[in-house]
Amino acid sequence: MSTNIINRVIGSANDWMQERAPGLSQWWDRHAAKYYAPKNFNFWYFFGSLALLMFVNQILTGIWLTMNFKPSAAEAFDSVEYIMRDVEWGWLIRYMHSTGASAFFIVVYLHMFRGLIYGSYQKPRELVWTLGVVIFLALMAEAFFGYVLPWGQMSYWGAQVITSLFSAVPVIGPDLVEFIRGDYLISDVTLNRFFALHVIAVPFVLAGLIYLHLMALHEVGSNNPDGVDIKKVKDKATGIPKDGIAFHPYYTVKDLFGTSFFLMIFAFIIFFEPSVGGWFLEHDNFSPANSMVTPQHIKPVWYFTPYYAMLRAIPDKLLGVIVMGAATLIFFAVPWLDRSKVKSIRYRGPITKIMLTLFVISFCVLGWLGAQSGSDTQKLVAQVLTFFYFAFFFTMPIWTAVDKTKPVPERVTFDH
Amino acid sequence: MKKLIALVFTLVASLAQASGDAGIKIHSSGADLSDQASLQRGAALFMNYCMGCHSLKYLRYSRMAADLGLTEAQVMSSMNFTDIKFGEAMTVAMKPADGEKWIGKAPPDLSLTARVRGSADWIYTYLKSFYRDPSRPLGWNNTLFPAASMPNVLWELQGVQSAVFDAPHGGQAGAAPVFSHFEPVQPGRLNAEEYDQVARDISNFLQYAAEPAGLKRQQIGVWVLAFLAVLTLLTWLLKHEYWRDVH
Repeated sequence: MSTNIINRVIGSANDWMQERAPGLSQWWDRHAAKYYAPKNFNFWYFFGSLALLMFVNQILTGIWLTMNFKPSAAEAFDSVEYIMRDVEWGWLIRYMHSTGASAFFIVVYLHMFRGLIYGSYQKPRELVWTLGVVIFLALMAEAFFGYVLPWGQMSYWGAQVITSLFSAVPVIGPDLVEFIRGDYLISDVTLNRFFALHVIAVPFVLAGLIYLHLMALHEVGSNNPDGVDIKKVKDKATGIPKDGIAFHPYYTVKDLFGTSFFLMIFAFIIFFEPSVGGWFLEHDNFSPANSMVTPQHIKPVWYFTPYYAMLRAIPDKLLGVIVMGAATLIFFAVPWLDRSKVKSIRYRGPITKIMLTLFVISFCVLGWLGAQSGSDTQKLVAQVLTFFYFAFFFTMPIWTAVDKTKPVPERVTFDH
Repeated sequence: MKKLIALVFTLVASLAQASGDAGIKIHSSGADLSDQASLQRGAALFMNYCMGCHSLKYLRYSRMAADLGLTEAQVMSSMNFTDIKFGEAMTVAMKPADGEKWIGKAPPDLSLTARVRGSADWIYTYLKSFYRDPSRPLGWNNTLFPAASMPNVLWELQGVQSAVFDAPHGGQAGAAPVFSHFEPVQPGRLNAEEYDQVARDISNFLQYAAEPAGLKRQQIGVWVLAFLAVLTLLTWLLKHEYWRDVH
C-alpha cells in the first residue's frame, strides 16, 4: 500500500464511491477506458469531439450572456451593446458565443462530410447517423432562434422571412404563422418566446440527442477511414479487437491536441477578426431592428445560405419551402440510398469520388449564392446546383451500386 | 480532393470580392486604432463638429477618457454644456422631432456606424464626398450617399467643392450620370492633405466608438495565441508519448 497521502485520499474516495455507486466505474469503462476505437483515426475524426467542445462553449458563454441580456424588444439591442462595452469581459464572452455558433456549424459540416466519405452511416450505424441528422436539425433551429435575440435589422427581417415561410402551408398557413410569432408580426412576444426556446428548450433537446448519438455509437463501435470492421479480428485471450485501442487515454490525449490546435484558430478569429468581414457577424445587424425599414438584401448567416439559395431558386413559394426542407431531411435517407458493398472512399471507384467532389462544390457555391442579391444568372446557377444536389441523393442507389470497388483489407492500414 | 476544395474556396472568395459595390470607390482611410494622438484629435473634432446633432449613446465620457488617455478636465472643458456628468453617455440635447423639422431627417446616433458600414473607410470617404448642389434643401449633396440630409459641417476646413459628372454609359436616355471628379470652388482653412487627416481622425475615432474593446482585443489575443501555441506543442508531445506503444 502506498504511503503517499494524496494517493491514499484518492484511493479511499474512489472506494467510497465504488461502494455507493458501483455502476459509475462500469459506465466509465464502457464508454472510455474499455471502449475500443480503431487505431487508424485520421484528421477527419477530430470534428466529433470539437462539435462537443463547441456545444459546451455555447452553453457556458450562453449562461454568462443571459446574466446581462434583456429579452425584450425595447432593451435587447441595447443590452447586447451593454455586454460589449460595460460588462467586464462581456465582449469576449459575446465573441466566443458568436464565433462559436459559426464554428459549431463548420465542425458539424466537416463531421457530416467525414461520415459521407467513409460510409459511417452504413449498416450497422444507421441509428448513429439518423440521430446525427436530428442533431443537425435541432442545431439549425437553435441557431435561428439565437440569431433573432440581438434584435438587429437582420435578426428582425431574417425572422420575418423565415416565419413567413410557414404561411405557404396549405389551409392553416396564416394561422400557423401567427401561432409561431404569437403576434401578427415579429414583435416583443416573438423575441420572448424565441429566447425561451433558445436558452431552455432546444439546448435540452440537443444535450439529450448528443448523449443518444454517443450511446448509439458505443453500442455498435466506431467506423474508421478504412471502413474495416475491427470486431472481426479479436485477440483470442482478451477478446479485444486487434486494431482497437482504448478511447481513454489514447483518444482523450489525441483529442486534447486537436482541441488545442482548434482553439488557436478559434482564438485568432475572436481576437483579431470576430466579424470575419461580415460573414460571422453581419454588418446590418449592428443597426437596431426597425419594422419600418426593410434592408436592401435580407440574407441569413453563412451556414444557412446553401438552403436559402435553394428557396430563392424555386419560383413557387410552397415548392421552394418543400425543396428547402427536403434538402435537409434527405440526409436521413443516406444509409438506405447507398448500395455499395464498401464503406470507405478509399476502396470505392472514381464515380463516387467525382460525385462527392461535385456535391461539395455545389454545396459551397450554393452557400455563396445564398449570400448574394440574387440576379437572374445567379438564380439560374442556383437552380442547376439545386437540381444536382437532389440528383446526387436520388441517383445514389445507382452510382454506388455500379461503381467499381477495390478489395477491403482484413486489418486497418496504420503507419506510425 | 483537398486541392479541389481549396480551389473552390479561393474561387468563391475572389467572386465575392469582384461583386463588391461597383458605384463610388471607397477610399482606404488608413485609420489606426493604435494611434492614440489621432483618436484624441478625432474625439475633439467629433465633439466640436458632430456632437451638435449626432450622439454616441453607447459611449460614456469617462470610458472614452480612460481609453484615449484623456483627463476628466480635458474632456469636460471641451463641452459647451454644464449639466453633463463625466459618467454619462455621449447623448445630444436635440430631440429627434426637432432634427426632422430642421434638417429633414433626425441625425442618427453614430455609436455603431463604423460596424454597420463594415469599416472606418466608408466614413472617411463620406466625409470627403460632399459637394455643392443647389438643388438640395440645404445646398449640399454627397456622392457616396446621394441625397443625404446632412450638410457639409466641415466645409470651413475642407473648402467647397463641386462634382463633375460624365454622361451615362452607353448614352442611354434617363440613366443616371456617372460621377467623374471633384473640382474646388472655394478653398478652406486646410489644404487637401490636412483635411484628409481630419477625416482620418474622425473615422478612426468612430471606429473606436463602435467597438471600444477593439483597442485591447488584439494585444490580449497575442498572449492567448502564444499560450495556445505552447499548449498545442505540449499536448502534441503528450499524445506522442501515450501513442508510443500503439503499433
